[in-house]
Amino acid sequence: MNKILSLEMVNITKRFPGVIANQDVNIKVNAGEVMALLGENGAGKTTLMNILYGLYNPNEGDILINGKKVKIRSPQNALDLGIGMVHQHFMLVPSLTVTENVALGINFKNKFKMDLKVVADKIKKLGEKNNLNVDPNAYISQLSVGEQQRVEIIKALYHGANFLVLDEPTAALTPQETDQLIKWIREIIKDDMGVIFISHKLKEVTEVSDKVEVLRDGKNVFSVQTNKTNVDELAREMAGRDIELPTVDKKNEFGDVVLKVEDVWAKSDKGTDALKGISLALKKGEILGIAGVSGNGQKELAEVITGFRKVNKGKINFKDENIVNKSIQYIIDQGLGFIPEDRLHMGTVPGFKVKENLILKDYLKYPFCKNFILKPKYIESYCKTTVDEYDIKCPNINTPTHALSGGNIQKLILSRELKRNPVALVASYPIRGVDIGAIEYIHEKLLEARNNDVGILLITEELEELLNLSDRIAVIYEGKILDILEADKATKSKLGLLMAGVKEG
Amino acid sequence: MNKVINKVLFNVTILLFAFLVALILGSVILLIAGVNPLFAYKAMIINPIFSVYGLSEAVVRAIPLMLVGIGISIAFRSKMINIGAEGQLQLGAVAGGAMALAFAGAPKIILIPLTLLAGFMAGGLWGGIAGWLKAKLSVNEVLSTVMLNYIAFQIYLYLIRGPLIDPAELAYGTGVPQTQRMPDSALFDRLILGQRIHSGIFVAILIAILVYYLLWKTSFGFRLRAVGEEPKAAKYAGIKVNKYLVLAMILSGGLAGIAGSVEVIGVHHRVLEGLSANYGFTGIVVALFGSLHPIGVIPASFFFGLLLIGAEMMQRAVDIPSAIVISIQGLVILSVVSSNIILRNPAYRKKFEKLIFNKKLLFWR
Ligand SMILES: Nc1ncnc2c1ncn2[C@@H]1O[C@H](COP(=O)(O)OP(=O)(O)OP(=O)(O)O)[C@@H](O)[C@H]1O
Ligand SMILES: [Mg+2]
Repeated sequence: MNKILSLEMVNITKRFPGVIANQDVNIKVNAGEVMALLGENGAGKTTLMNILYGLYNPNEGDILINGKKVKIRSPQNALDLGIGMVHQHFMLVPSLTVTENVALGINFKNKFKMDLKVVADKIKKLGEKNNLNVDPNAYISQLSVGEQQRVEIIKALYHGANFLVLDEPTAALTPQETDQLIKWIREIIKDDMGVIFISHKLKEVTEVSDKVEVLRDGKNVFSVQTNKTNVDELAREMAGRDIELPTVDKKNEFGDVVLKVEDVWAKSDKGTDALKGISLALKKGEILGIAGVSGNGQKELAEVITGFRKVNKGKINFKDENIVNKSIQYIIDQGLGFIPEDRLHMGTVPGFKVKENLILKDYLKYPFCKNFILKPKYIESYCKTTVDEYDIKCPNINTPTHALSGGNIQKLILSRELKRNPVALVASYPIRGVDIGAIEYIHEKLLEARNNDVGILLITEELEELLNLSDRIAVIYEGKILDILEADKATKSKLGLLMAGVKEG
Repeated sequence: MNKVINKVLFNVTILLFAFLVALILGSVILLIAGVNPLFAYKAMIINPIFSVYGLSEAVVRAIPLMLVGIGISIAFRSKMINIGAEGQLQLGAVAGGAMALAFAGAPKIILIPLTLLAGFMAGGLWGGIAGWLKAKLSVNEVLSTVMLNYIAFQIYLYLIRGPLIDPAELAYGTGVPQTQRMPDSALFDRLILGQRIHSGIFVAILIAILVYYLLWKTSFGFRLRAVGEEPKAAKYAGIKVNKYLVLAMILSGGLAGIAGSVEVIGVHHRVLEGLSANYGFTGIVVALFGSLHPIGVIPASFFFGLLLIGAEMMQRAVDIPSAIVISIQGLVILSVVSSNIILRNPAYRKKFEKLIFNKKLLFWR
């Protein structure tokens, strides 16, 4: 295996039934360089990388390594050539250890015996050499998202990769983990590693990359040296228009308290105390941001309010009624909307048509349904209007929902929750993995709802998003609210300290 | 339009091809057994299609397969792997039979629905138990339905040997385990003089259409499908997931139960040992072959009906051990069902389409 000094993809075209995912795309990356690959949801980034990794065959085009044409027909080919890829959705077996997961992809000489000790030793060495510490004997299910990502990277390095593709590696990382990853990437390229880095977060793109390639609708539209551009320009090139993220306008009058959480205790899935006497109050027409490093009880907080999780102690008053341990249906009927964290498997039924997911909470109500019989005509026309109104990009309303891009699935959920005229809304990580154009749109809609007197509980780890949208920001730490700040008094550094559990004075 | 025709032609070609492969493999077995495969296959394929008897018997088998298959489709669509149709069917048969005998004097218009209802309730109870065990105690439904099959079979035998046995059998001392003949007012009409094909076929097709409507046009079906597709999202939408698992199993078992009572009042006119002929298991294959869609199950069950009667006719024509017939039948089912992957998976499909259409392998191009 030779070192990859330069890697080129030339005039790559890839067609799927009904879409051209890549059209005459060209990229070139040299050793010692980080190239960021940008583009809106569905622009064709993952497809291009899957071609490079041998998961898809392109319809047209070539891949050149060190100037020579190569054929990559399978991930094995790619690994043999020195290309490693970390997918956005990790491909690890949770019930196995780190060592076992790495060993899964190895062709052992002795087919009947795996020498796991050798593997474990090599993992240790690779970890030390590359500053990627993981315990080879830990089970994957015990590791945090950031640690699992390290395992994925070690897997690639174990096979001798000297060129890494990272598809949205930071989408689920905490800000601290993201900083670490960026530092790490800048470090390894000094050893002549080449890296392709995909992300929707433009700020980190400008920090990590040497150059940027932007795709739009499957075509190259813009390429630039990172030091000659800025976040605004990149956003504009991605979306094809100016992007301006909206911010909340200050108001002094809020409505009554609509949601009041009082000293609530609840357990996590693992049985530990996740919420330890949490209290907060949300007013009508207010966006209350919940800041915190993920894993401090955010998921459980959203779930107790919406009726998914048992409350062991405490009260949750919604519209002056205690809704603790009431049924999910009942809570929905009282007018509480919910944008869940797991948008594909909880927010929608992936195998259902777009139109079926749009009425997922309304299919029982009158114009949609009468005497248990669904009313297809009304449903069709309602869904067509909604898709237009909320600019949900899909071939048609009969497309299965899992075929939509992340941003459009999120818009679908948003439209469903908002069109039900909620009294209050719990929004968990509403912009995770979503492109900048969709972020702008989602934020506009959330603010519009706020101005129409909806109370919104906004759970996110994006400080930018919190500061742009919130009227007040509560910081959650180890299952309790550590502090609540008025938005105009909150700064990134103050929030950062609080999120780490440090409360001054 | 052209596209649709192409698609149908393509599907038919692939299925025929798979069928052919199975026949070629089967001919090896036949040759070893010392039988001329061509003669045997003529008896198996040509004879049933071109005889009134063959077609009638194919439909007779298609009726219970269709009913079981629709039920299985409902269960599988809500992700309940119901292996218990055999037991559900047997209990449906005996309950239907008992009902028909108990109300022997009632007019047809009342007695037939009553009989079917009894079958539905017995089968539904049996399916519902498995659903309830899953919902309340997380008992794996494969395990519980298989075990419930054993229990159902013993109950069935006990009833037709003991409390429900035909008094005449006791009087003459023959003791064949079967019930009295069903009253005439409980019987489905025979459609062709001298053949067994009966009007139960209309009931089966009507139920297929009703279930299609239920699953795709009503709020109940919407919930059931949501629960099967993604329980987490169903819960999110406020649906009581466990309740719908139980309901799906009740419906699924109920339809198998109807299949049982239809066998009693349509074919055998008594409840007797060996009534089911494994319909409860073959029905699972039928359901999968029909894409777990009630309308798809209709042609699938006719196909399997033909296959079953074909095997029987082959056995009678060439006089070979039934083990050989069963294995050939198994070969055909295995290869036809496997060929489904080519029809379903777009990647395979493309490959084969290229092969068939571009290389002009086929006569219509
Ligand atoms: N296997 C597939 N079959 C059909 N269409 C596909 C397939 N994979 C991707 N597509 C389509 O190709 C286009 C590009 O998708 P791709 O996943 O490459 O986008 P992306 O840029 O990675 O988006 P995101 O930022 O949401 O991850 C989309 O329109 C998508 O719907
Ligand atoms: Mg992608």
